[in-house]
Amino acid sequence: MSDPVSALNGAAFSGIATVEEAGLAGMITLRGDLGSKGLGAAVKAATGVDIPTANKVALSDEGGAAWMSPDELLLMVPYTEVEGKLAALTEALAGEHALAVNVSDARAVFRLSGDGARETLAKVCPVDLSAEAFVAGQFRRTRMAQVAAAFWLDEGGVFTIVCFRSVADYVFNLLSNAAHPHSKVGVY
Amino acid sequence: MSTRLAKQGRLIDRSQPIEFTFNGARMSGYEGDTLASALLANDQMMMGRSFKYHRPRGVVASGAEEPNALVGLGNGDRFEPNQRATTTELFGGLSAQSQNHWPSLDFDVGAINAKLSRFLPAGFYYKMFMYPRSFWKHVYEPIIRKSAGLGKAPDKDLIDADHYEHFYFFADVLVVGGGIAGLQAAKAAALSGAKVLLIEQTANWGGRAPVDGGTIDGTDPEAWIEQTLAELAAMDNVTLRNRCMGAGVYDHGYALGYERLSDHTPGEPGPRHRLWRIRASQIVTATGAIERPLSFAGNDVPGVMLAGAMRDYVVNWGVTPGQRVVVVTNNDDAYRTAITLHKAGVEVVRILDARPAGGGALMEEARQLGIRVEPGRAIAKVTGGKRVTKVAICAQDGEGGAQEDIAADAVAMSGGWSPVVHLWSHCGGKLIWDDAQAHFRPDATRPPLGDNGAGFVIAAGSANGAMDLSGVLADATAAGSAAAVAAGFAAKDATAPVTSENEEAPMLPVWLMPAKADIKLRMKTWLDYQNDVKVSDVQLAAREGYESVEHTKRYTTLGMATDQGKLSNINGLAVLADTLGAKIPQVGTTTFRPPYTPISMGAIGGEARGEIFQPIRKTPMHDWHQANGADWEPVGQWRRAYAFVGSNETVEQAVAREVINTRENLGLLDASTLGKLIVKGADAGRFMDMMYTNMMSNLKIGKCRYGLMCSENGFLIDDGVVARIDEDTWLCHTTTGGAERIHGHMEEWLQTEWWDWNVYVANITEQLAQVAVVGPNARKVLEKLGGMDVSKEALPFMEWRDGQIGGFDCRAYRISFSGELSYEIAVPASQGQAFWTALMEAGKEFGVMPYGTECLHILRAEKGFIMIGDESDGTVIPQDLGLSWAISKKKDDFLGKRAQLRSHMADPDRWQLVGLETVDGSVLPDGAYATGNGVNANGQRNVIGRVTSTYHSPTMNKGIAMGLVHNGRKRMDEVIEFPGTDGTIYKAKIVDQVFYDKEGEKQNV
Repeated sequence: MSDPVSALNGAAFSGIATVEEAGLAGMITLRGDLGSKGLGAAVKAATGVDIPTANKVALSDEGGAAWMSPDELLLMVPYTEVEGKLAALTEALAGEHALAVNVSDARAVFRLSGDGARETLAKVCPVDLSAEAFVAGQFRRTRMAQVAAAFWLDEGGVFTIVCFRSVADYVFNLLSNAAHPHSKVGVY
Repeated sequence: MSTRLAKQGRLIDRSQPIEFTFNGARMSGYEGDTLASALLANDQMMMGRSFKYHRPRGVVASGAEEPNALVGLGNGDRFEPNQRATTTELFGGLSAQSQNHWPSLDFDVGAINAKLSRFLPAGFYYKMFMYPRSFWKHVYEPIIRKSAGLGKAPDKDLIDADHYEHFYFFADVLVVGGGIAGLQAAKAAALSGAKVLLIEQTANWGGRAPVDGGTIDGTDPEAWIEQTLAELAAMDNVTLRNRCMGAGVYDHGYALGYERLSDHTPGEPGPRHRLWRIRASQIVTATGAIERPLSFAGNDVPGVMLAGAMRDYVVNWGVTPGQRVVVVTNNDDAYRTAITLHKAGVEVVRILDARPAGGGALMEEARQLGIRVEPGRAIAKVTGGKRVTKVAICAQDGEGGAQEDIAADAVAMSGGWSPVVHLWSHCGGKLIWDDAQAHFRPDATRPPLGDNGAGFVIAAGSANGAMDLSGVLADATAAGSAAAVAAGFAAKDATAPVTSENEEAPMLPVWLMPAKADIKLRMKTWLDYQNDVKVSDVQLAAREGYESVEHTKRYTTLGMATDQGKLSNINGLAVLADTLGAKIPQVGTTTFRPPYTPISMGAIGGEARGEIFQPIRKTPMHDWHQANGADWEPVGQWRRAYAFVGSNETVEQAVAREVINTRENLGLLDASTLGKLIVKGADAGRFMDMMYTNMMSNLKIGKCRYGLMCSENGFLIDDGVVARIDEDTWLCHTTTGGAERIHGHMEEWLQTEWWDWNVYVANITEQLAQVAVVGPNARKVLEKLGGMDVSKEALPFMEWRDGQIGGFDCRAYRISFSGELSYEIAVPASQGQAFWTALMEAGKEFGVMPYGTECLHILRAEKGFIMIGDESDGTVIPQDLGLSWAISKKKDDFLGKRAQLRSHMADPDRWQLVGLETVDGSVLPDGAYATGNGVNANGQRNVIGRVTSTYHSPTMNKGIAMGLVHNGRKRMDEVIEFPGTDGTIYKAKIVDQVFYDKEGEKQNV
């Protein structure tokens, strides 16, 4: 086994906001009955957090869980621990209808920070990114210009953006373009 | 002459002179000028020529409604045609060219059309160009192409130097228009706590109020505007944007704002235009009103201008369009222009008021200033070529006889004001006819409806038909409050400011001047300046039977130019109504469509240009491919290597080399783009049996099976190898283009039909990098890398195992799309490149070479394997392709089963897949049709088949092909003909489609 390589190997750009490829993150797609106690316990064991409510992300030091749909979560765990966590999840959920798969390598992850982060995102996503509307802990699956993407905002004011690995280049260029140093909108 | 006045000009800064050029001539203006005001200040009254007759035209308005003063702006990669001089802010170095003239603005050959105007009536093109048919292509079209079109298209080889962006914004209340109504409505809405976005199309706030006068809250309007603007700017819940036009209103409170960031400072870094994509709970349209021209002969001569616009030029920019002005009106407002001109020292030689009794207080004021006012009088005709020289006046209630000539160099006309109802109407807001004002205004009881069935647009101020200061502000206050309440905020008592102004006498509708103007006059009376439509044209259309205003519009082209009839609409339909003997509201208006004025293509495209024009999907090995000669091919949004081209070979040679090498040694294919879907659950087997035509539930764990998927209509939609992973998990390979589509197809059936089945599907396509290791040496290279047992016994054909190869965790499949010994190895995407590199290194001694998609295609075609999209096209069923063996007879049901029982599907008399071999070894043209005996109803030869795949086979060194042929499987060895587009008739023998290794021995070793 060789060292795993993320799609863009840590590319970065700075304009009205700073765009950085965050490197590989452990991610598990979990589908199942989000109301089931067994699933709740398995998620807690894997990530340290309770199942988030709709359009929210729950974060811990080690990872977290994001609400993807009424029967889907995205679990975030350390990259090197995915297989172990996956095995534990599968075992814990053996008695119920559920599906857990490793999607860590299917994704690219970006951090977007700085004063212009909200405006940068609002140029490419049809989402209300005003400070009143989009608060820390919120999670959104949406369209980023021409591709699918999801993002959340943490307490430190940093957006974490998740997209498919194959379009990492496009998303990086798109965000860098939207963060053009002379393109501040001046509303957020 | 038109000239700069010594005083006035509230928007210009006389300490900041600006140089610019018009048709190459150097001119100067001031900071704050528009191009139109600066041209007038330089005595450039004529600004262009008309579209059809090439008549000289001057500026007629001062804002977005301008039909005449269109110019080509800028040079080279910043050139843009059809820019309105009235909405172009002047900047240093501006370069403008007038349009529709050749060879020059002053001397124009096309003006001969005007002399022929009696031969160019309404519907001329429709009537004239019908016959003879051949004339269209060789005579009419070339002439029309040369003389038609407004501005010149930018040079096709240049790329727009600017960039553009979109911005999504959400508000409780969007207020469109930053005049006093918009400001007051925004304030009223914001006081309730609603989040308000106020946008204004010009650089300046306040609209017409500072020009029109009166007092608001005891101060002049300008002071009130400044104070209100400051109040709004201080509120956290208010966003103000000037130079941002409300372009369109769409369903569910969606609106577009077109912000022009650097049109007035070209070359400034940052985006030139920003398209605001706004969602608002409520939209207030405070878009003002537009003055109507009067319809008299010669109303298009340069120097004839809207009265309000002429007032704007004096007050806002300190420019007078003439020295001796005739004012002609049917209402009191135009008196303000006369008074303003008089006070600025310009001679107002006559006010002609079409109303028999004239006007009210403003008329008295004008008379007291010594201006001669003549009630009941009208303009019979304006004469002048490139500039007004003479005005003939007559009684309004007559035919234009008993004229008196007055020397004048400008005419200010006012036919009353029409509310700008465009944005109200875009999404279905209805209008009512206001008899007193002779205009259409929004019908508040029939607004555009939102998702909850309630209205989401409220018109305010003069856009709502309120025509005086007090009415405008009261209406705007109510509109702003109502919008906030409708958006869910508690009503706050917003009070309308106290105003004072002159009382106005009622206006009189005047649709033709004089009322009974004869045909000679009507043929010189313009309705639509930009498209050269005259009163006589609309009357002719009515006589020819055009009753619908929408038909008349298209027949005469009234209102179809870039200004979309902002000035001509009401006047035109009034003429139509009059000719038809109908009432105006019965005739109705044409449809208002977005955008309000044209917006740039750049703004619409936004960021999508250059490297981010479209997403390009890249596999983990993309960069390696790029560095190793990949000749790219788009497959969906993916880029796949068509071939890896060496420095001393052509693409065709590279493909042939790859084919031979893969058959003889070892080839590597990046198969990462193939779709991989996980299907899991207690009902997964049952679900798989429904999705695929063949049986999948009985597939043993560890084994693979090739499967077909059909739509519920029976047609083949995808294929691929399925692997059984464990008791309740299957992995489905789809085609590259099918991954998202088939995932969606599965989810749709699960969510809408079989929602009670316990099945989950996940798309893990991008989690894995997959490499096809193909050729006689495939096993050797894997064994050299070491790890799991890949022998025939441990990993037989059509089975899979998890394990490690060369230290990489992987899943290895023994599947073959080439007919050779073949493995497909899936590793985590983040290790894909490392694994590929390891294979290339280890494979050196076995003659490894990467191969691309064309080699893949040839390898499979030599084996007679079908390709979705080549052999299938949405009308093909598996039975056509000889794939009946993959259609289960045991299953009760699967998607497509019932459809395939229909008589036409079950008909043995269909086109069937066969192999095709040219008699001379040449390559059949792709997509060529086979011709049979006889001809069809159109006299074309009957068609009996077509080529679906065709290649030169390097393995057999001859052309091979597959095709669908009528009753093909019964016609083996028959030679049929394929006429090529190159004039050659290709002859091909029908053969078995498997050209290579018919027994399948090579893949099973």
